[in-house]
Amino acid sequence: MKYLSEYRDPELAKKYLEEIKNTVSRPWSIMEVCGGQTHSLVKNGIIEMLPKEVTMIHGPGCPVCVTPLNLIDKAVHLALEKEVILCSFGDMLRVPGSEKSLLEAKAEGADIRILYSPLEAVKIAEDHPEKEVVFFAVGFETTAPANALSVIHAHRKGLKNYSILASHVLVPPAIKAVIDDEESRIDGFLAAGHVCTIMGNAEYHPLSAKYKVPIVVTGFEPLDVLQGILMVIRQLEQSQSEVENQYARIVREEGNVEAQKVIHEVFEVQNQMWRGIGEIPMSGYGVKEKYATFDATKKYEVNIEEAPENPECISGQIMKGIKKPFECAQFGKKCKPSNPLGAPMVSSEGACAAYYHFSGMVEA
Amino acid sequence: MQLQCPMPKLDFDVITLGHGSGGLLTNKLLDNGVFDLLSNPILDARHDGAFLELEGKTAFSTDSFLVSPIFFPGGNIGELAVNGTVNDLAMCGAIPKYLSLSFIIEEGLKVSEFWEVLVAVKFACEKAGVQVVTGDTKVVEKGKGDKIFINTSGIGQVHAKANIAANNIKSGDKIIISGQVATHGMAIMSVREGLEFDSEIQSDTANLNHTIISLLDHFGESIHLLTDPTRGGVATVLKETAKSIDLGIDIFQKDIPIDDQVASACELLGLDPLYVANEGLFIAFVAEEVAEDFLSELQEDGNGLHAKIIGTVTEEHPRQVILESAIGGKRVVSMLPGEQLPRIC
Repeated sequence: MKYLSEYRDPELAKKYLEEIKNTVSRPWSIMEVCGGQTHSLVKNGIIEMLPKEVTMIHGPGCPVCVTPLNLIDKAVHLALEKEVILCSFGDMLRVPGSEKSLLEAKAEGADIRILYSPLEAVKIAEDHPEKEVVFFAVGFETTAPANALSVIHAHRKGLKNYSILASHVLVPPAIKAVIDDEESRIDGFLAAGHVCTIMGNAEYHPLSAKYKVPIVVTGFEPLDVLQGILMVIRQLEQSQSEVENQYARIVREEGNVEAQKVIHEVFEVQNQMWRGIGEIPMSGYGVKEKYATFDATKKYEVNIEEAPENPECISGQIMKGIKKPFECAQFGKKCKPSNPLGAPMVSSEGACAAYYHFSGMVEA
Repeated sequence: MQLQCPMPKLDFDVITLGHGSGGLLTNKLLDNGVFDLLSNPILDARHDGAFLELEGKTAFSTDSFLVSPIFFPGGNIGELAVNGTVNDLAMCGAIPKYLSLSFIIEEGLKVSEFWEVLVAVKFACEKAGVQVVTGDTKVVEKGKGDKIFINTSGIGQVHAKANIAANNIKSGDKIIISGQVATHGMAIMSVREGLEFDSEIQSDTANLNHTIISLLDHFGESIHLLTDPTRGGVATVLKETAKSIDLGIDIFQKDIPIDDQVASACELLGLDPLYVANEGLFIAFVAEEVAEDFLSELQEDGNGLHAKIIGTVTEEHPRQVILESAIGGKRVVSMLPGEQLPRIC
C-alpha cells in the first residue's frame, strides 16, 4: 500500500529506536497531543519499545473525550424530544451523557445516523424537507472546514431545516493550558499533524518560544511517531525549543489557506468548555451570528442543566498528563469500555480505553 | 457470475401481509416459487415437518441472517443464509445434509427481490450439496422488519476422522487462516447508506464444507479446532478461544493476509480489520507437525488461495492474545465492548 507500508517498516523502526536510545541521556516526558497518535502508540506497541527514560503522556486531543457532557445531553434531547434526524461521526455515539448515550437514544427509537461527512447530512436535509436535520459537529481544527462547508452549502441551497450542534476545540490553547497547569511536567510536545495540515504551524512558534518547549508537528504512522519522538529528544538534549515539522510530506508552514477561509467564514473563536478539564479561554469555535439560523444551540431552546461529572473519574488529570490511566482507582474496575465512567474510556483514542484495550493491564 | 432462473408469472408485485397468513396468497407464493425452485423428495412431501434418515454422530446448528442492504457486492442474504449454516456445520467437522429455511418478510418487499434471494438460496444449496427440507414464511407490517430476515438450521453427519474441540488445542499448535480478512464486512460497508464509497471489494461469502471435508480426510485428528470468524472478526474469535483453553495465543500482524483495497478502506474509515466481519473464511488450530502440509493443501483449494499461518498457541500469557505489530511492538488483543464505530479523524 503506497504511503502507508513505507511508514510501517520494521527495520527502519528498529533504527529509530536505536537512535532514540543513543540520544537520550536522562528522563523526559513527552506529550502526544492528538488521540490519533495515542492510538498509534498503543496499537503498534511503541510505548513498551521506548527506552525507560522516555515517558509518553497522552494529551487532551481526543475530540470525543473533551466534548462537554451538556452538549451530549443536548444532542440526545434533540434526537429524542424534538425528533430531529441527528447525524454524527461514529465514535460519538457511545459516549455516555448524564443519562444516556446517543446509542441508547437510537435504541429508544431516535433517528440517529452515522456519517463520515457533514455534507452527507446536508443531502439528508435536502431529501427530507419535512424533517429537521442536525449534524453533531465535533472535533478539532481538522473537522472544522467540512463542518463549516456544510453550513455554507446549506445556506447556498436555502435550506431551512439544517443546523449544526457545534463543539469545536482548538489545539494551541489546550497546549497552553497543559503547560500552565502547575502540576503538569511536560518537557516537549508532539503536535497533531492533521490539525496543522489545516492550520499550519504559525500558532506554535510563540508557544515554544514563550515556554521554552520543543514542539514537533508529527504524523500518525509508527515511523512518524518514532521520528517525532526522536526530534523532540534531540532538541531537549541540546536545550533547544523550536517548532519542527516531522510531517512535512503533508503539512505546509502556512497550512491549507482555503480551508482556513472556510472556517473563518462560519466560525469565530470563543471560550470553550472541555469535558474533564473545564473552560479554556478562546479555545473553541462557535457559529458566527451571520449563520445563527444554522446554529442548533440558537435554533432550539434547549435548557438542560449542567450535570455533574462522575466524581470518581479523574479524566482531567489524565488528559493533562498528571496521572496515568492505571493510577486511577477505578481503571478496569468500575470503569471499563463497556461501562465508562468518563470519556477517555470511550473512544479508542481516549487514553484510558487505549490502555485498556492494548496494553494488557486488564483481562477483558 | 449472475445466476438466474426465470421468475414465475404472479398476479402481485409486492409481498403483503396476506402472503404470510397461511391462506391462498401464501399458497400461491409457495407453489409458484419456493417449492418448485428448491424441489427435492423430502420437501415435496409437504408435511408439517421433514422425515430424515440419520446415521452416526450428528451435528446441528442454527443461525439468523439480517444484513443491510440485502443485496451487496458479491452476493445477497440468500446465499449468506445457506453458507452461514453450512459453514457452522463444517466447523463442527460435519458434512452438511439438510437445512430448514424460514423467512420473515417485511410487507412491501418486491416479489422480484424475493425471487432473487430464493434463486441465490437454490444455487448456494446446490454448490454445498445440501437440501432444504422444511421451512416457513411469515410477513410483518411495514416498518417492523428490514426487507427480509432469514433463519436457517442445519443438520450434518460428523466426519469419521473429525475430533473438533477447543480442549484438544495444545501449546505449539499452529493457527492457520484460510484467506484474507475483513473482506465481507468492508463489502457491506461500501454500500451502506451514508457511508458509500467506490471500491471493487466483493463479499467472500462461500461454502467451506468441501474444503473442510477434504482437509479432514487427510489430517483427521491433527485438526484440533475449526472456527469461522464471522461477527466480531478474527480478534474476537481468537480471544474467545484463548479464554476457553486457558492457553495463550501469539499472532503476527505481518502474516495476516488482507487485500490492499480492504486495508485502505479500513484505514480511511478508521476501522481495525481484525474486528471486521468475515464470511467465507475459517481459522484452524492444527498440530505443529502437520501445519506446513495442511497449509500447502489448503492453498491448492479455491477457498484457501491466500491461506497463511498467522500464529502459535503458547503456555505463556494464558487467556491472552498478543499481537506483534508490523514494527515489532506487542499489544494485547481484546474483545470490543460493542459494534466497532468509525473514528472521527
